[in-house]
Amino acid sequence: MKFTLSWLKEFLETTASVEEIADRLTAIGLEIEEIIDPIAVVKDLIVVHVDECKAHPDSDHLNVLSVNTGKEVLQIVCGAPNARAGMKGILARPGDYIPSFKEKLKAGKIRGVESQGMMCAEDELGIGPDHTGIIECPADAVVGSSISTVYPCDPVFDVSITPNRGDCMSVYGIARDLAAAGLGTLKPLYSEEKPLLTPSFTSGVVLENEALEIGAPYFTLREIRNVKNGPSPKWMQDRLIAVGLRPISALVDVTNYFNIAFGRPLHVFDADKVKGKITVRSAKDGEKLLALDGREYTLSEGMVVIADENGVESIAGVMGGEVSGCQMETTRVLLESAYFEPESIAKTGQKLILTSDSRQRFERGIDPAATIKKYGSDLAAKMILDLCGGECSEIIITGQEPKTDTPISFDPQRVEQLCGVRVDSGECKNILERLGCIVSEENGKFSVVRPSWRSDITGSHDLVEEILRIYGYDKLPALALPRPNGIYGILQPRQRKESAVRRALANRGGYQTVTFSFMSSKDASFFRKTDPVLIANPISADLNEMRPNLLPNLIAAARSNIAKGTLDGCLFEVGPQFFGYKPMEQETIACMLRFGQNAPRHWAVNSRPVDVFDAKADALAALDAAEAPQNVQITREAPAWYHPGRSGAIKMGKTVLAYFGEIHPKILKALDVKAPVCACEVFLDHLPLPKKKNSKAIKALKLPAFTPIIRDLAFFVPKDVDAEKIVIAAKNTDKALITDVSIFDLYEGDNLADKKSVAVQITIQPVQKTMTDDEIESVCRRVIGAVSASTGAVLRS
Amino acid sequence: MSDLDILQQQLLEQVQKTETLADLDAIRVSVLGKKGIITEKMKSLGSMPTEERKAAGKQFNTIKNILAEAIESKKEQLEEQEINIRLAKEAVDITLPVRPEKQGRIHPLYQTYDEIIAIFGQMGFAVAEGPDIEDDFHNFTALNTPKNHPARQMQDTFYLKGEENSEKFIVRTQTSAVQIRTMEKQQPPVRIIVPGRTYRCDSDATHSPMFHQVEGLIVDKETNMAHLKGCLIEFVKTFFELDDVPVRFRPSFFPFTEPSAEMDIGCCRTNGELKIGAGNDWLEILGCGMVHPNVLKACHIDPDIYQGFAFGIGLDRLAMLKYAIPDVRTFFESDLRWIKHYGFVPLDIPSTGSGLSMTGGNKR
Repeated sequence: MKFTLSWLKEFLETTASVEEIADRLTAIGLEIEEIIDPIAVVKDLIVVHVDECKAHPDSDHLNVLSVNTGKEVLQIVCGAPNARAGMKGILARPGDYIPSFKEKLKAGKIRGVESQGMMCAEDELGIGPDHTGIIECPADAVVGSSISTVYPCDPVFDVSITPNRGDCMSVYGIARDLAAAGLGTLKPLYSEEKPLLTPSFTSGVVLENEALEIGAPYFTLREIRNVKNGPSPKWMQDRLIAVGLRPISALVDVTNYFNIAFGRPLHVFDADKVKGKITVRSAKDGEKLLALDGREYTLSEGMVVIADENGVESIAGVMGGEVSGCQMETTRVLLESAYFEPESIAKTGQKLILTSDSRQRFERGIDPAATIKKYGSDLAAKMILDLCGGECSEIIITGQEPKTDTPISFDPQRVEQLCGVRVDSGECKNILERLGCIVSEENGKFSVVRPSWRSDITGSHDLVEEILRIYGYDKLPALALPRPNGIYGILQPRQRKESAVRRALANRGGYQTVTFSFMSSKDASFFRKTDPVLIANPISADLNEMRPNLLPNLIAAARSNIAKGTLDGCLFEVGPQFFGYKPMEQETIACMLRFGQNAPRHWAVNSRPVDVFDAKADALAALDAAEAPQNVQITREAPAWYHPGRSGAIKMGKTVLAYFGEIHPKILKALDVKAPVCACEVFLDHLPLPKKKNSKAIKALKLPAFTPIIRDLAFFVPKDVDAEKIVIAAKNTDKALITDVSIFDLYEGDNLADKKSVAVQITIQPVQKTMTDDEIESVCRRVIGAVSASTGAVLRS
Repeated sequence: MSDLDILQQQLLEQVQKTETLADLDAIRVSVLGKKGIITEKMKSLGSMPTEERKAAGKQFNTIKNILAEAIESKKEQLEEQEINIRLAKEAVDITLPVRPEKQGRIHPLYQTYDEIIAIFGQMGFAVAEGPDIEDDFHNFTALNTPKNHPARQMQDTFYLKGEENSEKFIVRTQTSAVQIRTMEKQQPPVRIIVPGRTYRCDSDATHSPMFHQVEGLIVDKETNMAHLKGCLIEFVKTFFELDDVPVRFRPSFFPFTEPSAEMDIGCCRTNGELKIGAGNDWLEILGCGMVHPNVLKACHIDPDIYQGFAFGIGLDRLAMLKYAIPDVRTFFESDLRWIKHYGFVPLDIPSTGSGLSMTGGNKR
């Protein structure tokens, strides 16, 4: 919402400075976005006297002026038709900033004649609309003084109005709120003593309102005839331009002026272009209207429109139609002033995707009491008559002014209860009354009738806010928040696991990243297990699907890092992936991806391409960090996006805890990644959670009394036997004695044909006494028997 | 000089001349071994007359001890020489780089997330979460934002396609939806923070279509707006690790709070650089207010008995402000160089007791 200082001061009597006004506006919730002072930018320009004006020797329209700055006389080439000796104007000298040029003025020659500056027009300086000639200063302007002595500083305030404050979508409303906040007094708009208007005839226009119940409870028209349209007066044009509107004609400008000045949307129809009876009604599906913005809108049932026998002429409260709009030739108008319900206007505007100043005000709620009186139809008609002449009819009214809601009962102690600051009852009453409320008091309790322009005030919480707002948010004390007694359990067990996994993966060299929850369907298609979850209004075509998996984003990240010269890397993300359209159809995944070589080139260490065992290690580390159970199984059930022979799943019973492996080479090719890539996906939501009452006590440590014995055994087994099978068979031979079995050597040479050699180290822990060599040998023989029974292994001698 | 003296002299000279431990051992055997010269002499004592035996035994013992001592001391000397030679051979170029070790990074967003949890955690806020895909009720209606409410236009919402003729779901525009989900399950007192991803259909230099918020909510019988102010002032001071952060509360509007406020913190801007703390300017950092009675009613909580506050902070923005990260879009670009530079080492775990995050160049 923009307005100028002078416009504000037309309604508000105040001596406050620009800074004081700005500070107070922000303090009462009307946040200053910007204060623009057009004169401030050009304040170095000065008033000069034109001593001489001679024709340019080489031009039929240029003149060469001698201008007097009070200190010196300069030669200026000027093409303005109004340039003449004896006038006073505004001079820009080389180095002065010219807003419309967006740069500083340079000295130069124009058709061979040197020009030591430029005589300026209003529009060149961005301080007015005039471009017919150079600025003519009043005769008493002081030569040599700043332009600001001729154009007084009139800064433009740009204020951000929150959606609840429809009443401040106007200069008058802002003045009213400032007055309530004690920054001046609101001036009366006109004298109440004599009537504003004397209607001289009864209009023959027939008006019918069929939309009383569907959004237009109060609708009025007034005919004004014998008007003479033309440009609006300069003061009005200046104000409209200052707030970013384009002056059109007096009739149209009056409606725009009322919108900004009073938040009172109006519409004027050219009465001679309207045919027959005028009806306020619902649009019919498929009806069309060419609106004032030059676009055609297709309407639908439920939208309130103003129609005549030709069809729809205006979309109520949103935008008028081109056909019945006012032109310079218009001599007879119908002035519409109405109250449309906010919801109806919002719905229509949203459906049509059509925004206007009028819609913005109606949908936030305007003052229904100002439909005819106050700054309604009467005042607008008077302004039209003043500007365009003519005579006005009696007003034609349908429906009635919506009633302000029932009084709100209010206990002023609520302020202290809710805000923690004591504002005494009298002060509360005073503030509410300054805001326009009618307050009656009984037994310390208030009954409050809100002002007609504050439809946002509906309950006692609103009154608390109003009181605090005017009393001053800065007077709120800061109280320490009482702490609960004993603080624990800030993170839920699942969240702790997630947090531990993040740190554990980073500790393994992972660089944590955060990627978008949406991605392109093209990339997603390789990684889907369920139907795609598509976004109806994506921000771009390649961000159109809720990600079914974290991998594609990480693979894309690997690709872009490689393109930027980072050839090896390790990235991880912990975040959601989506398997359905509905809330909760998502799961949290920790996904770590490695690409390129496992380590940098180094004098002491050989690097190698990343592989499935890197991914498996990452998955196991994540599970360890999340305190997953130790009794997991490794299976070959990885999804199709992995290399089928170099991938697997980590499972607990039927539950998949993680997938790991090298990414399928076909997918890497499709995604244009030219480095080896391995990854793991850990399903954090699948991890069992600790039982609630679990004690934190750790099981007591019992150290064995005897030293453990180590034995090595090597087996030949068929190549397709899982090495883990050997380990399990060995371990299960004697769970009490055998505490560890680990694979320390693997050999798969051509000389072994379809066999491989697997060597394991067995740790035997004597329990009750030291073991003799025979006893140890006996354990080893049993291990060999068990392993060969379960895998067909033969001991390598 | 007796023969024995001469023998002793000769043997000592031999010991002194020895250059290797092996030679020394050979001498030891030849002198003190089972058949060594001295051992043989000792053996001969048995055949000596008693009166001679005593004196001879004494002499032999003396020689034996002197030689044993000489050999032992020579042995130490040779061993010392030998190890010195080995050590000289084993010397390496210690300026060579060490074997590579891996040190990853925590994303600055998640470091900030952990910092915020640490700060609010010690004020007794528990961490709550909710889904990214939301329904209209939780994201808007229950938050006192009915259909056609102008406030809905404040946020550009992403809609999901969904099945024909079924309810259309959205991607949440605010973590506030979790206020509702929490209060549906839990009666007051409620004291939660909700960090999470949020989405708006908006993308330019200062907006990312995905960003992060932290929502805070207290509902009980006594928490008021002065507590809100106290809580948030404590938060900004702790978070920015500054003693003096001027704070300004301004009236504002959010459909789900009333009275509503925006909080600004003091800052100064010089030469395009922003510094948090006392200064000549204000910076908006969060929105907050007292929970609107309609929100409590939507969760079947009686607003005449219960009250409380809520706030919402932009997590990305806080990280940017604290760690001077210039562009929000870089957060989501997965550039390893960026993560290395702006990220945190994994053991730098924020806590209010031992300090929030360490920063500086000490990162590998």
